[in-house]
Parts: sequence; C-alpha cells; structure tokens
Amino acid sequence: MSKIILDRLVEKFGADVRETSSFRGDDVALIALSRWREAAEFVKSDPRCQCDYFVDLSVVDLCDPRTDDLDMEDRFEVYVIAYSVTKKHRVRLKTRTSGEDPRVPTLSAVWKGANWLEREAFDMYGVRFDGHPDLRRILMYEEFQGFPLRKEYPANKAQPLVAYREGTFDRLGPFLTDEGMPLNRGPSVDLLDPALPLDRAPRSDPND
Amino acid sequence: MADVNLETRVMGGGDSGFVTTKFEALLNWARKYSLFQYPFATACCGMEFFSTASPRYDIARFGAEAPRFSPRQADVLWVVGTISHRQAPALKRIYDQMTEPKWVIAFGTCASCGGFYDNYATVPGIDKLIPVDVMIPGCPPRPEAVLDGLMLLQDKIGRGDRTPAVLKNTELPADKVRSLEQLHQLRLKR
Repeated sequence: MSKIILDRLVEKFGADVRETSSFRGDDVALIALSRWREAAEFVKSDPRCQCDYFVDLSVVDLCDPRTDDLDMEDRFEVYVIAYSVTKKHRVRLKTRTSGEDPRVPTLSAVWKGANWLEREAFDMYGVRFDGHPDLRRILMYEEFQGFPLRKEYPANKAQPLVAYREGTFDRLGPFLTDEGMPLNRGPSVDLLDPALPLDRAPRSDPND
Repeated sequence: MADVNLETRVMGGGDSGFVTTKFEALLNWARKYSLFQYPFATACCGMEFFSTASPRYDIARFGAEAPRFSPRQADVLWVVGTISHRQAPALKRIYDQMTEPKWVIAFGTCASCGGFYDNYATVPGIDKLIPVDVMIPGCPPRPEAVLDGLMLLQDKIGRGDRTPAVLKNTELPADKVRSLEQLHQLRLKR
C-alpha cells in the first residue's frame, strides 16, 4: 500500500507528527496534541487524502496502575480512524494527553459523527473534549461516579441502583407524564432503596 | 379440568353431577391458563423467546399466547435478557404499572443473576429490583426449558405459591426413555 496520507502529513506537519507506522495498509500517525484538530482537518480536506468518512474514535488507557503514576504524561491515547470513500484508503490518527487533566480538542466540527463518540470517550475515560457542543454522559447515567474503563476502576465494582427519574425522556413530549398509567406498588418492597447493598463479594485480582 | 385441584370434588349424581371447589382454587385455575404476557426483551435471549412464541414450539398450547405491549393489560412480565443499571429504573417502572395479579419470569441467566457479567454496567439479577416468581437459567434457555418454566409458573399460580423458584435441569437418562409417551410420563412425574 502506498503511504500517501502519512507522507502528506509529514510533509505538512514535520516534527509534529511524532511517529508513523504502516503495516499491511494500516497507516498510523501519532500527532502532537497542539495540532490534533488541524491534522484532522487536513486529512479530510487535502485533495490527495480526502478522508471524508469518519469511522471510529476512542481512547486507550496506557497506564499500568500497579507501576505508573495515574497522573502521568501521555496517559490517554485518543485515536480516530478516517476513511476515504473516493480514494479507498484509511488512516488512524492518534494523540496523547495527560492523566492529570486529560483534554483534547474536539473533532465534532470536522466530522459530525465524532460528536457522540467523543461523548462516549468522555463517559468511559473522562477525557474532556474542548469545544464539544454537548459533552455529557451518553451510555452511563448521571449518578454514576467515575469512569468505568479507566485502569484504576475495579473491574467488578458496581454502584448503587438509581431511582426512576421523571422527565428523563423529555424529548419525547407526550410520553413525559404517566397520565392514565397509575402505579400498582402493592405489597412489594421498594428494592431501589439505595440503602440496600448489591451483596457482591470483592473478587480477587487474577493478576496479583 | 384435567388437573383437578385437591380442594375440588366431583360429586356423582346420575345425569346431572356437580362439582364443589373453593372460589380461590377456581380463580387460580382460570388465571393460570389465560396469562397475558409483557415481553421485556433486551438481549440475545429475545431470539429464543420469539422461537418459543412462534408455531414450532407454540406457547399458545399453554394459554399464554397473547402478548400485550401495555403493562396495564399484562399478567406476566417476561424479563428476557441482560438488565443494565441504566435500564433498571425503567424495568421497575414497567413492573409498577402492571395491574395485580402479576407475575415475573426471569428468562435466562443474565436476568436471573447477571450471568457472566460482573461489572459496572449490569444488574446482578432482576430480583434486586422486583420480585421474581420463576427463574429460567440457560444462556439462552432452550424453548423446552422456557415451556417448562411457564408450566412451573402455572403450577405455582394454581397452588397460590409466591416464593421465588428456579427451574431445575430435567435431564433424563437417555437409555431409560424408550418412547415419547414414556418421556412425557416421566416429566409429569417429576
């Protein structure tokens, strides 16, 4: 495979492309955080790249909580995969941010599809995307504490059950209220009482 | 009236016999053969539920063929699949909206105990949210197991038993079973 995109990136950004690799057509470029947004715009608009199709965006947590400092530099690696429908080539752009204050410029203005995937990345890893129009949790609920896919989050840690929230579905208009649907609580106890434990024993870590 | 309740007596009397029974027993007998169901299908177990409900396994034979997608009209809540923490309040809400009498079947291992999920996202069994009458293990359970679970629920309704029950594995020794008829008899005896 030709390495057109990587060559163009190095040509344009020079040393700000910190490393590149190409394995069987899998082109990867590690971009300096300061030029992240610019690089994304470049691969989208450059006539020889034309990566107009946004494929994926996610995060890798590179720290090992047993040996590394959780606030270490370059802890979170945000990557985005872009594909060109016309040129039929793809590229993976990566950038790294610190564990202490993970912040990355948003790409939601470059590819609209990045909007929800950046929300997911924020939800799971706590990486904040500067300039994002609506950075809220997308999969987890508001009461959830912490970020479940970070390495320091215990794999089997569950959190208390949450109660039903009126108005959660406010965008659905007529279904907002339960008019005509009275509840039959009956004799059953309210098991959503947060005082009730989930009674799960801590699991031993197989890596220990 | 194949399964005559113990409290029911058929009194002989020439051409016009009569039957005595307790009102409660009669009511339960009526209820167990006209279960309207609310399928709360969230995951892969749903496919097995559709299979059970469609003609090959024909859940209509048990008087439970009518699905109702309004909780107000349903008697049995089938929780079919994994329930996440985020979904839990909605499931509880659906249960609260059902009219009495109501029963709950936990379909599959995930609904029964969380299955192999032991993490931040999954509720470890819907009995943490709502009372469960019958739990059907399996990943997913075969339609035969589902029908067994339904029959177990009907049995419990007939007896007025509201304690949680887990469907047991009913594997029979293959060399002992010579005919379908015999298999049926063995199942009935269980």
